[in-house]
Amino acid sequence: MSTDTAHPVRPDTTPRAAPAARPRRRIDWGKYFTWAVLAWLFVPITFMIAFSFNDVSGRHNVRWEGFTLRWYGQAFAYRDLTEALLYSLAIALLTMLIAGIIGSLLGLALGRHRFHGKNSTNVVMFAAISAPEVVIGAALLSLFLLAGVKAGFVTIVIAHVMFTVSFVAITVRARVITLDPKLEEAARDLGAGPWTTFRLVTLPMLTPAIMAGGLLAFALSIDDYIITSFVSGEVTTFPLWIWGSTRVGIPPQVNVMGTLIFVVGVLLAVVNVIVARRRR
Amino acid sequence: MVKRKLVPYLLALPGWSWLALFFVAPIAGMLALSLTTGDVITGFRQTFHVANYVDAIATYWEQISRSLLYGGSATVVCLLLGFPMAYWIAFRGGKHKSTYLLLILLPFFVSFVLRTISWKFTLSDNGVVLGTLKSIGLAPDDLAVLNSAPAVVLGLAYNFLPFMVLPIYAVLERMDPRLVEAAYDLYATRTQAFLRVILPIALPGVFAGGLMTFIPTSADYVNASVLGGTHNTMVGNIIRTEYLVNNAYPTAAAITFTLMGLLLLGIFSYARALGTERVMEVQAR
Repeated sequence: MSTDTAHPVRPDTTPRAAPAARPRRRIDWGKYFTWAVLAWLFVPITFMIAFSFNDVSGRHNVRWEGFTLRWYGQAFAYRDLTEALLYSLAIALLTMLIAGIIGSLLGLALGRHRFHGKNSTNVVMFAAISAPEVVIGAALLSLFLLAGVKAGFVTIVIAHVMFTVSFVAITVRARVITLDPKLEEAARDLGAGPWTTFRLVTLPMLTPAIMAGGLLAFALSIDDYIITSFVSGEVTTFPLWIWGSTRVGIPPQVNVMGTLIFVVGVLLAVVNVIVARRRR
Repeated sequence: MVKRKLVPYLLALPGWSWLALFFVAPIAGMLALSLTTGDVITGFRQTFHVANYVDAIATYWEQISRSLLYGGSATVVCLLLGFPMAYWIAFRGGKHKSTYLLLILLPFFVSFVLRTISWKFTLSDNGVVLGTLKSIGLAPDDLAVLNSAPAVVLGLAYNFLPFMVLPIYAVLERMDPRLVEAAYDLYATRTQAFLRVILPIALPGVFAGGLMTFIPTSADYVNASVLGGTHNTMVGNIIRTEYLVNNAYPTAAAITFTLMGLLLLGIFSYARALGTERVMEVQAR
């Protein structure tokens, strides 16, 4: 009889009662799940750090023998390992510098200007980012073989700049797009020339993005194994040294260096988060 | 005025030429190399020998299909682990969102090779985990985890999980939560709200994450070498061996090109469906 009046009443009460009851009863499975996956992510890292304190004799660092700080004192006992680490650092710094500069310029052009070839540049950058490392490494080696270039330090830097430059360009472009053009107009209205405007207005606003892009290039470079393995020639970088010593045993010094790099990275990231929070 | 117009070209020139010289040209070079015949001693001559491809595919079909299978499985594992994580962080992370993202990225401050070797060490037959389980009788003595397909797939998933989580998080985080409320107001059940509101919005992120996981995992060889033993080699292992050990450059180039072709097919069908800039935007986050 009264279906017409009863109908609008029911939906009015049910959905309102539901949200109030929800938070009390439900267990937050998502939280447990997230923490479980995070724990999984940290398993090998925990072992790597723990075994940098392992009191082992010789290179086979596989069984727990007791706690020692010895390896931190003798971190540089293997000369070729230290050399490999220094190579990695030098390559990463050069990559950061070169990719940082040319990538930022490219990002500025893509974010601010219209020009012929913009679309094809985007496609090439997209392909360079998506291409698997094996393909990039193999292709670069093919080119160096055909051109008769001897692989070594220079070819590693060339390769690293190539695969990081697009990341820098995208980071900077994202920032350029969000810049308010009125600020630059204002500078021009106040009599600044294009170069002065760029130096005093545009560049300072882009600095965080350029720094972020450069650090990303550094991180990608120092970590790279696959591409480097193709174009390294006689040079051994840190990841290549580790790979090469898997058969003869990885000494605890590798764990020490891995731990130190990890700690520096974590500190940088934490500082970054704190600074970002303050700015807000 | 003419000078003005030159500015973008001058800005783009160094980066553009670097990519042209060291990305586009090498790929063309590899294509040329893949069609040559000869060996290291007598030299390689350009003969447009297309049969290289037929030979390479016929010889290494097993590794190619295994790579796609392992890469695909790792991508699915990453999606199953990554989606709930991204979802929870985006909607329930509160003010700790950036802390959670940082926690996901932290392990990646340890070098890729070292991380993978650390897994091998963790999972080895009489290592820290299995050794302990065996000594207290919780696992059979002959239990082995390493040198198996699941070990490789899980290693791949481990190494590339953030590539799945971050793009999905990026799209979910920007989503207006009022849309979900609106769905509930319109009497949607939780499942309906998820399937018809949240999922369509998350889909570009899932696509981008899928690409960014599938491409590197299916072409990886580090996990297969370290965790897979001798029976689980992937196409990456073949490319590496042919280039760096056997110096069989034409075969190596042909197989690399085949892999690239297969992956490019995927990339461009995605990019076409979504628009390149959109995928890159998600990637950049």
